[in-house]
Amino acid sequence: MRTDELIAVLAADVTPIDPGRSDRRFFTKLAGGAVLALAAMLLFMGTRPDVAGAAALPMFWIKLIFPASLALAALVALRRLSYPGMRLGRAPAAAALPVTAIWIFAGLVLLTAPAGERLALVLGDTWIECPLSIALLSAPALALALWATRELAPTRLALAGAAAGLFAGAAAAFAYALHCPETQAPFVAVWYVLGILIPTGTGALLGRRLLRW
Amino acid sequence: MDWKERADATEERLRRQFLHALAGDAVAYQQFLAALSAHLRAFFRKRMSQLPDDVEDLVQESLLAVHGNRHTYKPEQPLTAWVHTIARYKLIDHLRSRSRREALNVPLEDDLQVFARSDTEAADARRDLEKVLQSLPQRQRRALVMTKLEGASVAETALATGMSEASVKVGVHRSLKALSAKVRSGT
Repeated sequence: MRTDELIAVLAADVTPIDPGRSDRRFFTKLAGGAVLALAAMLLFMGTRPDVAGAAALPMFWIKLIFPASLALAALVALRRLSYPGMRLGRAPAAAALPVTAIWIFAGLVLLTAPAGERLALVLGDTWIECPLSIALLSAPALALALWATRELAPTRLALAGAAAGLFAGAAAAFAYALHCPETQAPFVAVWYVLGILIPTGTGALLGRRLLRW
Repeated sequence: MDWKERADATEERLRRQFLHALAGDAVAYQQFLAALSAHLRAFFRKRMSQLPDDVEDLVQESLLAVHGNRHTYKPEQPLTAWVHTIARYKLIDHLRSRSRREALNVPLEDDLQVFARSDTEAADARRDLEKVLQSLPQRQRRALVMTKLEGASVAETALATGMSEASVKVGVHRSLKALSAKVRSGT
């Protein structure tokens, strides 16, 4: 087919485009992923039994604010990666900020703790369960985030996949924080971050294949 | 005018046409695509001087990509940045899948290389959208060819093919989607 014929075909297929629609579809799917992570946590794990009392502890809120801010930064980064020609800007720095903050906080806690207690602060009681649970809870959110990205046009596929995974992991970590009984920053700094990194890496690998267009 | 002013003027004209097209104006869209294809051709020709036969494939692939992703253009964005990102992505994707395809081929003996290259082979290697069109389901193809290429109305096509008008419209839309999917997968 000659190019001018193709142009005639394409021009005849024109339909009005609603400029807000692609963003609405994108955000709806991502919000849906976060809700699914929360629902899966409630269904299969339940909130911690002392959730009302725990709300008085600052650490309970830190465990929520950390993944929430990470999810927000990942969301902004993913959106910018999904529209051709948009610049990433400071989105990666915004994603690095909550991680750096929790690492500094955890470092201070470990430095001030007696040497014999440090390992216990890091491992807590649930160090195996935590990253695995976060990774499992993130799976539906990752699928939805990749789907949302596929409907747009990402050009850096691995990076976009990683951002989708980061969002899914952070949303899952938020949900898991309502179940998780741990109360120490070093635990969060290691196992939450690891749990979030599992879907991030998975997203980067899947992104290369699934996000092509 | 220097190149910068010229580029700015082009950006403004193309952007205006494209925004009209996004609002549903087919005439503006046709003008936009015609102008865009000329720019794309120059863009690819400059970067594909080793593979001149692939230039037109890439132009068509990029036009299909622009069409299929026109919902990802934000009116507040410069159009140049959007188009350039799409064209560059298609270029890299094309080169990557090409080198992958070539890696699969067993290299010929050195002394046979002279005979391995010929004009007909170069023509065969070029993907022809016509061939892609042939691989679509017959009814979809018929609807597309009649309405879009032969210029028949939807009602005439419906009458000639025995499909309802609604299914002619759906058929055309689907076959365009299938067409871009097939181009994408490199068949």
